[in-house]
Amino acid sequence: MDIIVCLKQVVDPELPARDFAIDPATRRQVREGRPLVLSTYDENALEVALQMKDHQGAKVTALTIAPQATVGDTVRLALAMGADEAVVIDDPRSPELSGPARARMLAAVIRKIGRYDLVLTGCESADLVERLIAPLLAEELGAACVTFVARIDAADGPLVVRRQADEGYHVVEARLPAVLSVTSDEANRPRLPKVKDIVTAKRKPVQIWTPGDLGSMADDGGVEVRDVAIPQRTGKCEFLTGDPAQQAEALALRLRELKLL
Amino acid sequence: MPGILVVAATAEGALSRSSLELVGGARALDASLGSGVSAALLGHGLGSTGAAEALHQHGVATVYRVDHPALTAGQSDAYLAAAEQVARTAKPDVVLVGADTVGREVAPRLAHRLAGALVTECTELAVEGGAVVVRRQAYGGRALATLVVRGRPAVLSVKPRSLDAPEPAPVAGSVVDVDAQIDPNALPTRVREVLREKSEVGLEDAQVVVSGGRGLGGPDGFKMIEELAAMLGGAVGSSRPPADAGWVPISWQIGQTGKTVRPALYVAVGISGATQHVAGMAGSRTIVAINRDPEAPIFGVAHLGLVGDYREIIPPLIARIKELKAR
Repeated sequence: MDIIVCLKQVVDPELPARDFAIDPATRRQVREGRPLVLSTYDENALEVALQMKDHQGAKVTALTIAPQATVGDTVRLALAMGADEAVVIDDPRSPELSGPARARMLAAVIRKIGRYDLVLTGCESADLVERLIAPLLAEELGAACVTFVARIDAADGPLVVRRQADEGYHVVEARLPAVLSVTSDEANRPRLPKVKDIVTAKRKPVQIWTPGDLGSMADDGGVEVRDVAIPQRTGKCEFLTGDPAQQAEALALRLRELKLL
Repeated sequence: MPGILVVAATAEGALSRSSLELVGGARALDASLGSGVSAALLGHGLGSTGAAEALHQHGVATVYRVDHPALTAGQSDAYLAAAEQVARTAKPDVVLVGADTVGREVAPRLAHRLAGALVTECTELAVEGGAVVVRRQAYGGRALATLVVRGRPAVLSVKPRSLDAPEPAPVAGSVVDVDAQIDPNALPTRVREVLREKSEVGLEDAQVVVSGGRGLGGPDGFKMIEELAAMLGGAVGSSRPPADAGWVPISWQIGQTGKTVRPALYVAVGISGATQHVAGMAGSRTIVAINRDPEAPIFGVAHLGLVGDYREIIPPLIARIKELKAR
């Protein structure tokens, strides 16, 4: 089985509020000087791929679009966790790509790689949270699509996955090739690479392509980002003081005043 | 007829609250655009459910109905095919889809098939200067993005519980049956089973929500939360860490990843107030925060703050509420 895992590098979502800023020119988050990490659920997607490799054998390719100058840690982590090889699309403008443009570029790369049974992504990126890469990739590639996959139930016969749903879970059977977006689950906690893995990872192949290899992606998709604003919190919290019993008493009375009891 | 098309997918037959919210959003847009609101009613055995009538009752004149046995719970590929067929018939300028389990898969794929513009997980829809303008949260709720959608059709998925359900506004309506020609055997995915989880029934509709976070220290802490919620006649929620750690079912999670709630009362216990969580509850009318850390960001959104150990505050609170209610 050939598995391609799409990874996105983002500014650490746990960044303190004082370090969070929007660049008025690009209307994107300022990245300079901020720590860059692998987007939260992408590690879960990679873990799902690696478990399939462990259990039934698979070749796992990590794919990312990012400026090559900053991508080192992402690729090293993916290879150290156990990916067999990495493909990097070195695009200095990639942090400004819209979701649909990113999906088109990923699809072009995946078509160029050619061999794949499964394409995995995180269920959402930690920055834009658009949740659209997997569905758009599925359309571009003519593949089956299941999003918010918590775990793979079976992959030796037909692919059966468990999709996190509003009411619980859906057990979904999917044809191959398929594009799955992965959410976090007890079953896919990302592994921590061992020192030995980190050393071995340095010998694994990393291909670096440029967007020029893929044809033009210039198109805003008919959507213009007019403004990205940081809402100001009013901060009008009224603190109820006293010992715990007094606080509880005050709160109960306030709830009654507000007709919430 | 060009205009706004609401995709109302209904596995259970009845019109969902999310679909009604979309109708409300469509009507508000239509007040400026004036091109009419229609709906794609997708499901099976729809004739007797009153869903089409409910749409007429809420101001939707034309209902395009696809009634097909493949349109069952979670069957995204079938809903996609049906929505596409209706969109090709109705030729709308704007398509609204609920960003629920099925809609999250349908909206991007529909936009791709119709070669339209796409914005997902919108929380506000508006017409400004004749243009369709949408807002959505970005960066885990730290920022609000405003986007001008010029492409047509504009396919917009809307986060559930972001828009108000509309007041009834009955119109004389018609139902157009659309033959979607779905071949169940040709669908690339098939839902074998729906596993219902122990979920807080109606978390998104509850008037009172009591939520716990990492500060509860473990799954046992939620017993006290559940007791308080029961006393207040509300539902239980959680922030992301307890759901990730498996202390509570993932369906309890409130936030950017998770459910959005706007109850009359939201009580956050042991929740630091990461933007991720705040994104899903900031619209609550009264927010009470109980936290040991007076610097916790949750106090930045709370109206009433209690600094202290929840184990010492909640038991007397439950006792006092019980007394007050007994009067």
